[in-house]
Amino acid sequence: MISISQVTKAYRGAPRAALDNVSLEIDKGEFVFLVGSSGSGKSSLMRMILREDMPTSGSIHVLGENLVGIPSRRVPHFRRKLGVVFQDFRLLPNKTAAQNVAFSLEVIGKSAGFIAEAVPDVLRLVGLEEKANSLPSELSGGEQQRIALARAIVNKPAILLADEPTGNLDPATSEGIMALLERINLSGTTIVMATHDVGIVDRGRRRVVELSQGRIVRDERSSGYGIDR
Amino acid sequence: MRFSFVFSEMGIAIRRNLSMIVSVILVTFISLTFVGTAGLLQQQIGSMKTYWYDKAQVAIYLCTKTSPQEICPQGEASKDVQGTINERLESETLAPYIDKYYFENHQQAFETFQREFKDNSVAKYVTPEQLNETFWVNLKDPNQAPIIIESFNGLAGVEEVKDQRTYLDQIFSMLNIASLAAISIAGLMLFSAALLISTTIRLSAVMRRREIGIMRLVGASNFYIQLPFILEGVVAGVIGSLLSGAAIIGIVQFFVQGFLATQLPFTTFVGLGDALALLPGLVLVGAGLAAIAAATSIRRYLRV
Repeated sequence: MISISQVTKAYRGAPRAALDNVSLEIDKGEFVFLVGSSGSGKSSLMRMILREDMPTSGSIHVLGENLVGIPSRRVPHFRRKLGVVFQDFRLLPNKTAAQNVAFSLEVIGKSAGFIAEAVPDVLRLVGLEEKANSLPSELSGGEQQRIALARAIVNKPAILLADEPTGNLDPATSEGIMALLERINLSGTTIVMATHDVGIVDRGRRRVVELSQGRIVRDERSSGYGIDR
Repeated sequence: MRFSFVFSEMGIAIRRNLSMIVSVILVTFISLTFVGTAGLLQQQIGSMKTYWYDKAQVAIYLCTKTSPQEICPQGEASKDVQGTINERLESETLAPYIDKYYFENHQQAFETFQREFKDNSVAKYVTPEQLNETFWVNLKDPNQAPIIIESFNGLAGVEEVKDQRTYLDQIFSMLNIASLAAISIAGLMLFSAALLISTTIRLSAVMRRREIGIMRLVGASNFYIQLPFILEGVVAGVIGSLLSGAAIIGIVQFFVQGFLATQLPFTTFVGLGDALALLPGLVLVGAGLAAIAAATSIRRYLRV
């Protein structure tokens, strides 16, 4: 599903590589926590999987696509098979919740009929059908992240990348988001989640991949945030 | 492809960026008006050339009492001179080139002069004797004027042989310079229009970077992302070019046909048909320029 092999990424002018000979296999349906301090390379790795960035050396295969060799005109089609959420939600402030979700389908050319069915469905799934016509500014942080999640999964992606999705949320709200992510995972979507949230990782008992200074220092099944913590 | 979506995105972009769009429209409008005017001027020159060149005559001016001594030492040309010229014009060497010719004596020249300069004070001081007796020669092919000039130049009693086209050429070269100036101004302004369009589009892209970021993340194709921006530029360009088309039609209708044509009734002027014929070209230039400028600037801004 995701196969990263000996990937090194060196940014020009940076003293050390952001990723240093990283190899990682993630299978279909897995839920993986990516942990590590800021600057450990989590975000760089996520960007590589999204093909927002290219490795200096090594190879990345995601969903059968060789991301090093893929022509740039095929990149948009590749990204349609992925969903992404961020710490800062990235909703469009001038569109309602439903319009935000619909936007992501409109821009990939889905028909109005498909959108009219898919958007209420996914809003129901994230539990916000009654907030469909609210603007992001009228929603709480947790609700905004649910909308962002709805937008990420409305096109039924095979992989969901979550970059610190609970970073801006209080613990109770974070639990709600985690419950939602687990449901999404149960439906077969592979989830890669970068996080700093010790409690969530410890409670999750999932596969944990820890990065430090661009290297993978730990990769354990059903683990916690840190052994020494 | 959902056009309603693309167009609504473009509409939002235009509303947010209205002042820049208006400036693009104005610059395109003015520059294309210059282009169109230059085009009309060229057509005008062309039609005047065909009209006047056909009418242009070669004038063989005979000596008068007041002609310069060094050219006409014997003073007023005699009847013999007229006879010689008549003979030569009828001769087998020259006749094939000549369509028709006629002789104008002092009195006729004076009447013509009085008629043509009736509002000019010079008409009061001129006497018939001062005006040259003239053979007016119409050629079958006006380009062959040098044959007549060479045959009669230097002939005793002939003061000067003049191809009227040399006067016309001066007028036409002035008109040509005017149209070249219009084209150069238009070129500079089109260049600045292109720069303005690319700045506008980049500004528009910066204002909509959230949308663009999300579009890229969810896998919208580059074409789909870029299209609203390119259309934004094209709409501005087309509006500007339509305005310039209207301006040119207005110039032709009210200035050329309404004013010039009544002032100079014996001249053919460009008409509405000529102006309308320019319109598609103007729109094409406006839209094409905007599309190219917008596409290049947005492409540099949006790399995958």
